[in-house]
Amino acid sequence: MTGRYSRILLPFLFIFCSVFSSISASAAERQKFSVCWSIYVGWMPWGFGAEQDIVKKWADKYGIQIDVVQINDYIESINQYTAGKYDGCSMTNMDALTIPAAGNVDSTALIVGDFSNGNDGVVLKNQKDLKAIKGQKVNLVELSVSHYLLARALDSVGLAEKDIQVVNTSDADLVAAFNTKDVTAVVTWNPLLSEILAMPNTNSVFDSAKIPGEIIDLMVVNTKTLQENPKFGKALVGAWYEMMGLMSANSEAGRAARTAMGKASGTDLAGYDAQLASTKMFYLPAEAVAFTNSAQLKTTMQYVAEFSFNHGLLGEGAADATFIGVETPSGIYGNSKNVQLRFDPTFMQLAADGKL
Amino acid sequence: MKKLINRVPGRTARWILGVLPFVLCLVLYLAASNARLAENENDKLLPSFSSFAGAIERMAFTPDKRSGNYLLWQDTASSLWRLSLGLGLSALLALVIGILNGAIPYMRAPLSPFITAISLIPPMAILPILFIVFGLGELAKVMLIVIGIAPFLIRDVQQRALEIPAEQLIKAQTLGANTWQIIVRVLFPQIMPRLLASVRLSLGAAWLFLIAAEAIAATEGLGYRIFLVRRYLAMDVILPYVVWITLLAFLLDYVLRKISRMCYPWFHAQIQTAEN
Repeated sequence: MTGRYSRILLPFLFIFCSVFSSISASAAERQKFSVCWSIYVGWMPWGFGAEQDIVKKWADKYGIQIDVVQINDYIESINQYTAGKYDGCSMTNMDALTIPAAGNVDSTALIVGDFSNGNDGVVLKNQKDLKAIKGQKVNLVELSVSHYLLARALDSVGLAEKDIQVVNTSDADLVAAFNTKDVTAVVTWNPLLSEILAMPNTNSVFDSAKIPGEIIDLMVVNTKTLQENPKFGKALVGAWYEMMGLMSANSEAGRAARTAMGKASGTDLAGYDAQLASTKMFYLPAEAVAFTNSAQLKTTMQYVAEFSFNHGLLGEGAADATFIGVETPSGIYGNSKNVQLRFDPTFMQLAADGKL
Repeated sequence: MKKLINRVPGRTARWILGVLPFVLCLVLYLAASNARLAENENDKLLPSFSSFAGAIERMAFTPDKRSGNYLLWQDTASSLWRLSLGLGLSALLALVIGILNGAIPYMRAPLSPFITAISLIPPMAILPILFIVFGLGELAKVMLIVIGIAPFLIRDVQQRALEIPAEQLIKAQTLGANTWQIIVRVLFPQIMPRLLASVRLSLGAAWLFLIAAEAIAATEGLGYRIFLVRRYLAMDVILPYVVWITLLAFLLDYVLRKISRMCYPWFHAQIQTAEN
């Protein structure tokens, strides 16, 4: 009898204990952290760094442990971070504002990795002028940076969103969709963008190089976790700039690193280098610090906040675009009593000064 | 003592037992939601019931700021339109091809293996081909539903037609009926209630394909809205939409059952006697 019962009870007991131990572990001082990332040209170093144990080396240096997890769905990775499952996640400045920050998860842009400098673009079939987009259906991932880019593009030629019709299209199906005759205009990012532009009769009529520094790729971490555990921030930033140094080198090792990253993102060295060419990477921490410190960042976040508010992305509580405060070194944009997104160059500065 | 299989709950007990799992789920949700909201009052993952009320008010009873439409009703109308078109087309195809396959061996020989093969292709796996053939508009969404469920329905109707006792067909022939008369007078009335039953069973799959189609490319619809607001983790919108979809699916099922009972009472009487 006892044998039978213990066989039934033991698994339950085990589940019970493991649930409790995980709760008590989170209450104690943190030793273990996890960050997630998804495939994008500017975030491939995270996968490379995890694979080559560069992240582990830096975590060991500060006596902590950092898990680097790749998530196949970009939005899902941000949602998981916002729900509290990860301490950090790679995302763009716009998604950082509209998902975690709008959900009251106070977040800090620990690393400003790069900005899109042509990696996102508006493509028309058979037409060469952006103005021709008027009256067309535009296929894109609605409410994403593509949508933001489109809004900025329309702005630049005096059109508005009401002049076109946006069709929400899954990024996984965008290339296949472009082959159909229903689709005449798309907005998308690389590597999809280069694949679409390789088709006949396609023209790039606007790209992110025309709004440099507005679509920024970040490593965002939970502000509270960072404040309580500066080691976590130091280890991540240390590992990042070691990877930057490695991949930017014009040496055998640098090419090997870029080849590995290219392969991991489904292309090769040439394909990856082409994507890097339309990405302004901040290989040196000093460049990233200078970018973060510039007054331009605050203006960019204002554009992003206004776009987000106009599309209802700041939540129902938001009365206007300034509802959520965004802290930048050159000042706070929006409500200083509700700061939820912070651009903090402190840790990158430490890297620039060689103090990590 | 009565054996367990012979103990039947009374009317009240059955009601209480039926409601119990729903109440348990609700309590579980409330507990989990309260725990998360205590940590972060703006938690997006498991919102409170007041945020649901706010979201429903916003989606169903307030015109949208940008388009001026009532989003929930607009989404519901276009989704239901696509769904009923897809279901209707599939049922019609099933009725025609299924009965012909069941009745005429020279139809069955070439068509039956082919339809079996088609029904085994997962439609989501051939999406790019569907795009090229049907485009990205309304037609594509309806066709995805049709491709998803019509082969299954055809096979089912064929099977039911073959199950009709040979004696009936022989009897009709001795009474002088020709092929057309046998199809229309013997097979058709007996197949209809069975077709309605399998359409009811395929409702779940039809919704699945509808929502998948709307997630891929759309400008409105229930699936479109869910996938859109998922971008900013608006569970306060998603969960009421899920409940609403469940309710609509339940109502559709109920309506189909009522129609079947009204038009084919003999069929349901048959089942009843079999059950008792």
